[in-house]
Amino acid sequence: MELSGAQILLECLKREGVEVVFGFPGGAVIDIYNELPNASFKHVLVRHEQAAIHAADGYARASGKVGCCLVTSGPGATNTVTGIATAYMDSIPVVILTGQVPTPLIGNDAFQEVDIVGITRPCTKHNYLVKDVKNLAHVIRQAFFIARSGRPGPVLVDLPKDVMQTKTEFVWPEDVHMRSYNPNYKPHAGQIRKVAQLIRDAERPLIYAGGGVISSHAHEALTWLAQNLHIPVTATLMGLGCFPGNDKLWLGMLGMHGTYAANMAINNADFVLAVGARFDDRVTGKVSTFAPKATLVHVDIDPTSIQKNVSVHVPLVADCRLALEALKEELEPSLAVYDFEEGHRPWLGKVAAWAKEHPLTYKPSAETIKPQHVVEVLHELTHGDAIIATEVGQNQMWAAQFYKFNKPNAFLSSGGLGTMGYGFPAAIGAQFACPDRMVIDVAGDGSIQMNIQELATSVANKLGIKIVILNNGFLGMVRQWQELFYKRNYCETCMDAQPDFVKLAEAYGAKGFRISKTAELRRVLQEALDTPGTVIVDVLVEREENVYPMVPAGASLTDMLLV
Amino acid sequence: MRHTLSVTVENEPGVLSRVAGLFSGRGFNIESLNVGPTLDPGASVMTVTTEGDEQIIEQIVKQLRKLITVIKVVDLTEMKSVLREMILLKVNACDANRAEILRTVDIFRCKVVDVSIDEITIEATGNHEKIEAIIGLLNRFGIKEISRSGMVAMKRSMQG
Ligand SMILES: Cc1ncc(C[n+]2csc(CCOP(=O)(O)OP(=O)(O)O)c2C)c(N)n1
Repeated sequence: MELSGAQILLECLKREGVEVVFGFPGGAVIDIYNELPNASFKHVLVRHEQAAIHAADGYARASGKVGCCLVTSGPGATNTVTGIATAYMDSIPVVILTGQVPTPLIGNDAFQEVDIVGITRPCTKHNYLVKDVKNLAHVIRQAFFIARSGRPGPVLVDLPKDVMQTKTEFVWPEDVHMRSYNPNYKPHAGQIRKVAQLIRDAERPLIYAGGGVISSHAHEALTWLAQNLHIPVTATLMGLGCFPGNDKLWLGMLGMHGTYAANMAINNADFVLAVGARFDDRVTGKVSTFAPKATLVHVDIDPTSIQKNVSVHVPLVADCRLALEALKEELEPSLAVYDFEEGHRPWLGKVAAWAKEHPLTYKPSAETIKPQHVVEVLHELTHGDAIIATEVGQNQMWAAQFYKFNKPNAFLSSGGLGTMGYGFPAAIGAQFACPDRMVIDVAGDGSIQMNIQELATSVANKLGIKIVILNNGFLGMVRQWQELFYKRNYCETCMDAQPDFVKLAEAYGAKGFRISKTAELRRVLQEALDTPGTVIVDVLVEREENVYPMVPAGASLTDMLLV
Repeated sequence: MRHTLSVTVENEPGVLSRVAGLFSGRGFNIESLNVGPTLDPGASVMTVTTEGDEQIIEQIVKQLRKLITVIKVVDLTEMKSVLREMILLKVNACDANRAEILRTVDIFRCKVVDVSIDEITIEATGNHEKIEAIIGLLNRFGIKEISRSGMVAMKRSMQG
């Protein structure tokens, strides 16, 4: 039977197992929307296309599946670019479907025409313009395959209007075969033996884990290795949740706002196993002084990550899970021979001493609410089980520091790009992925206004998302830099004119709470969490609180500013 | 150090800008770039000459391999290979210089492909050193125009 391009598209999405598509209609995609009543998946109408891509991204992070969004040509497509770059930097699998003007008009500056394939070339893993409906099924199949395999990432498919209207025989390609794309998953056996021996020989070992551990589902293997071989673990922002935050081997995040213990540990370790991390400058600080005493092993599925920023001693190109499982198999017999706990005792003692010397902390106050305290209370009230999305800035760092994640896929944050406005739409996506989980967006008063319109989406879909604004009346993180490095020149970081967030919530049909006293924090937060539906909690916090520890940009990790 | 990379790519629209965009976006430099069809109608070969230390070249090769439409990347600098570039040069040729120019053409086994009363157009083929030498020698007569193919390259049959 012949199907139109639009019908073929929906059939492909069904076969790819798509459950939900976040989208916004327009002229170029009207043929697709015309078929939507017959779709196998739910379509969620957002209020801005940036939110569609962030929601697809949040869905992907929370579920581990490929997220999907659908937007029209021209401005609809360009509105997704920030979200595509966000997903690209954090290696999140999403498929972006954009409408395009009819093929005969392409290149003529037609109404709502942009070269979105050209625009997104540097921020997608791959992208396509489908010029012939006969290739459509093939391209969609490849797009999902590329998005989820290897190092995951966003793939964009541009769909001209006439291609969506044209009919052809639908043939589902059972297999995807691409001669130019074959990610290597299996670790090299010789390298595994070499790394295993380095682990046996190490006196001061450390695991430095990144987002790759989460996307490859390597957290169990990692936890096994750490706990059985008695190796302390630190992680990047993207890696949070890959190891239980309540384990005594957990050091917390490393890097610019990492813990004292984590940064001291990486500085003194004689062996570092870097897994699914990419030695980002926010993590390494001054590269030449990063992990100076360590033999570095780097496990990553992307060869370009290896030897890019830091030169490592043993590269291991492989899927993180397969590599760590191979290490487990190699090292399990050693447990009978080696007493790792005994061997690492002096090192673990040292690490524990650092953690005790400068734990994550803040100066409590009776008068003003400390933002860190808000996150601590949230952690307590949710038993560490919530999915936490964040905006960007201080709120993001405090969420990362003070919410102790025990499981992967629970911390959704724009790590690589640092996109303000990410958290709320990502929370929406996550709530669709996990309808029964508590989803909270820890927000700043600046960032939340970047996609505040999604209150409508959240309310319309009866989502129980709780937005907790750590309202300091500042673009806090920038203000912190101005305070510390620019002589307190608070230029354009004070958010004087602000909406009344409680009334704003109400205007959208959500519920609003305001908290201004420490004494009422716990009670009102609990009440807000217990309130069904979308809720904003506007917490008026200490205005000039800083995130500590802090390693100034470009300094060595040991040069930490402490509380 | 200069490296010559042979990059086999899927023959599809946009592939050139994917490769070129990779170089510009990551701050790698392209000295020359040549693109042409291969025996396989579905594939093209790009020959890229670039400069950089070992770590940069390693990144360039890996980043190229990471592009979905790139089938194969070979660093010909690491093996025995034949490297050739073709250039066309339009040289000032007054009567006094004509003989000397033609002698140079002869020595380097170039070809004269066009002449007029005061210009000679020369076709020359060779490796990097030879091409630079020809340009160097003809420069003193005044080169009015130059057009270069960029390097094309092939691995030698016998390695080792
Ligand atoms: C889209 C975007 N624009 C600008 C920035 C730069 N920036 C980083 S943090 C920050 C301040 C964020 O303020 P707010 O959301 O109030 O959070 P706070 O730091 O106060 O917790 C800014 C402006 C950014 N990360 N993203």
